[in-house]
Amino acid sequence: MQTKSTFKKICVTVIWGWLLIFALVPAALMLITSFLTPDSNDIVSFHLTFDNYTQLFNPAYLRILLQSLYLAFSCTALCLLIGYPFAFIIARSTSKHRSLFLLLVIIPFWTSSLIRTYAIMALIKAKGIINTVLLAIGIVHHPLPMLYTYSAILLGCVYDFLPFMILPLYANIEKLNPELIEAARDLGAGRIRTLCKIILPLTSAGIMAGTLLVFLPAMTMFYIPVLLGGAKNLLLGNLIENQFLAANNWPVGAAISMIITLFMCGMIFFYWRNSLSKDRSNFEELV
Amino acid sequence: MSEYIVELKGVSKRFGDYQALEEIDLTIRNGEFLTLLGPSGCGKTTILRLISGLERPDTGSIYINGQDVTDWPPEHRHLNMVFQSYALFPHMSVFENIAFGLRCKKIPKEEIDGRVEEILRIVKLTKLAERKPSQLSGGQQQRVAIARAVVNRPLVLLLDEPLSALDYNLRKDMQVELKQLQRKLGVTFVFVTHDQEEALSMSDRVAVMNEGKVEQLGSPRDVYEEPVSLYVAEFIGEANIFETKVIRTNKKNIIVNIEGKRFTFKNKRGCKTRQEVNIMVRPEDLAVWRENEIADKASEMDSMLPGKVEQVIYKGSIVELIVRLESNKRLFATEFFNEDDEKLDYQIGEPVWVNWLPGWEVVLPNAN
Repeated sequence: MQTKSTFKKICVTVIWGWLLIFALVPAALMLITSFLTPDSNDIVSFHLTFDNYTQLFNPAYLRILLQSLYLAFSCTALCLLIGYPFAFIIARSTSKHRSLFLLLVIIPFWTSSLIRTYAIMALIKAKGIINTVLLAIGIVHHPLPMLYTYSAILLGCVYDFLPFMILPLYANIEKLNPELIEAARDLGAGRIRTLCKIILPLTSAGIMAGTLLVFLPAMTMFYIPVLLGGAKNLLLGNLIENQFLAANNWPVGAAISMIITLFMCGMIFFYWRNSLSKDRSNFEELV
Repeated sequence: MSEYIVELKGVSKRFGDYQALEEIDLTIRNGEFLTLLGPSGCGKTTILRLISGLERPDTGSIYINGQDVTDWPPEHRHLNMVFQSYALFPHMSVFENIAFGLRCKKIPKEEIDGRVEEILRIVKLTKLAERKPSQLSGGQQQRVAIARAVVNRPLVLLLDEPLSALDYNLRKDMQVELKQLQRKLGVTFVFVTHDQEEALSMSDRVAVMNEGKVEQLGSPRDVYEEPVSLYVAEFIGEANIFETKVIRTNKKNIIVNIEGKRFTFKNKRGCKTRQEVNIMVRPEDLAVWRENEIADKASEMDSMLPGKVEQVIYKGSIVELIVRLESNKRLFATEFFNEDDEKLDYQIGEPVWVNWLPGWEVVLPNAN
C-alpha cells in the first residue's frame, strides 16, 4: 500500500509540475504581456496599459473575428452533418464491420495533420490529381481553380477535424438502446419524428462534445488557411501568428489570445454545466 | 370485426443461419389473453415482433382484423408493444412518455390530456406524472410501459416478458393487475413468457412453443392435463414418465407393461401394437400408500408399484415425496394435508406403494 500511494503521489506531482511549468506559467506570462506596452527593442516595456485590448475594438479585427467564427461554424456544421450519419451507421453495424470502420476513422490520427494538409494540396492544386483526371477524361478543358479558395480551407478543416466529431458521437450513439427506436416506431412515430424526438435528444451529449472538439480548434486553426487558402483569408490564428512573428507586437498578440481563451473557457463552462445537470439526474436515479 | 383479430398464415423467419421460426399458422381470437410459452430461443419473441411489424416474415402473411398487413410498417398497424426492458424514453416525463403515441396521431391536446390522466388513474401513477422514468421503481416503470401502450387503445397489446425483471412478490401482484386490466379494457393480449406458472394462471389460451414451432395451442387446462407431446408434458409442470411399448391393442384399449405390471389404458390417440409410448402421470395424481393402509386394498394390488421413500419435502400445505421404485426409477408424488390425517408423516426409507386412478394417466405416443 505504501509503495502504491508513493507511486501515486509521484505521478500526480510530475503531471501537475509539467502542467504548471509548460501550461500555466506561459499562460500567465501571456496574460501579463497583454497588459504591457510594445517595444521594438526589448519586445515589451514594463508600462501597464489597456491599449492592447481597446485597439482590438476596430472593424478590421472584428471582421477577422467574424470570418473565423464563420469558418469554425461552417466547419463544425459540416462535420456534424457528415459525421452523425456515419457515426450512427458504425454504431449500428455488426461488430465485425464496426472495428474496420473505426480503424478507418482513426488511421488519419497516425499521420501528422500538416502532412495530410499537403496531401490535400497535391489532390486539388492546378496540376493536381483531380484536375489531371478531369482533364484526361475530358470533363473540363481548363484546370479548375480549387486550391487557394475558401472552399479549400473548409475542405481541409472538415477533413482534419472529422474524427473529433465522429468518435464522441459514436461513443454516445452506441449506448443508445435500440429498443427505444423500436418503441417509438411501435407507438406510431415515423422516421423523422423518431429522429427529432428520440434519437437526437438522447445523443445530445455526444453532439455537444463533438461540436466543442471541432469548434474550438477550428477557431484558431492557422496552417490550413495559409497552405490551402494562400494566406488570402486572414483568420484569428493567422492574426496571432502575424502579431508575434511578423509585426513583432507581442502584447497585441497576447491580448487576442487572451480574448479567445476567455471565449473558449465560456463555451467549455457552458458544456460542463450542461453535463453536470445530466450527472445530477443520474445521481438522483441512484438514490 | 372478424372473429380472429390476428392471423399468421405460413409465417416463417430466419436470422442468418438460424431458423428462428418454422412455417407456422396461428390465429388469435378477439379479446382473448393468449400466452406464447417456451424456453429462450423458441421463437416466441420473434412471433411478437412479426405481429408488431418490427420484423418482416420470410414467408407467409399476417392479417390484423382481416387485413393483410404483412408489408405495413409498425407505425401503421395499430398494435402496441410492452418491451421486456420497458424501453421508456429516459428524457421524457411519465406524462410525456404516455402522451407520445397520441401526439404521433395528432390528437387534439385537450383529448390527449384527458386520456393520459385517465390511464394514469387506472395504473395508479397520477402523482408521479412529472417524474422521469429513472426516478421510478421497477414496478412503476412497468406500469408506465403498459400505460404508454394501452392509452393508444390498440387492437392488440403485445407483451414481451414484461414481468421477468420484477421480484417474486411484485410479479405475483402484477399478474393479477394485468389480468384485471385486460378484463377492464377488453383488449386482446398476446403475452410472451418462459414461466409456465405465469402462463397457466393468466391466459385464456396457451401456445407452447419449441424450436420455432407451436407444439400445442389450448386452454391452460388442456395443455396441463392433456399434453400432446412429451415436450409439452415436461415443460409444463412436473411429470412422471414411464417409457414403454404397447403390448397389445384392441378396439378401445391398449395394454402396456409398466414396472413389470400390466396396465390397460384407453386408446385415445390411436396407438398401434409394438409402438413406443410414454405414460405420463402428474405428481398430484399419484397416491402413496403405507404398509398398514394396503391391507384392505388387495384387489388393487395389481396396479400398485412398490418402492421406498427417498426424500420428504415439507411445503406447508403439501408434502412432496420422492419414491424410489424397485427398478431404481424415481417418482415425484405430491400429497395434500388433511387436518385430521396423520398419514403424511412419512419416514425416509419406509416401504410404500404407489398407484393412480385409472384414466388420470396420459398416453403420449413416441414421436419417432
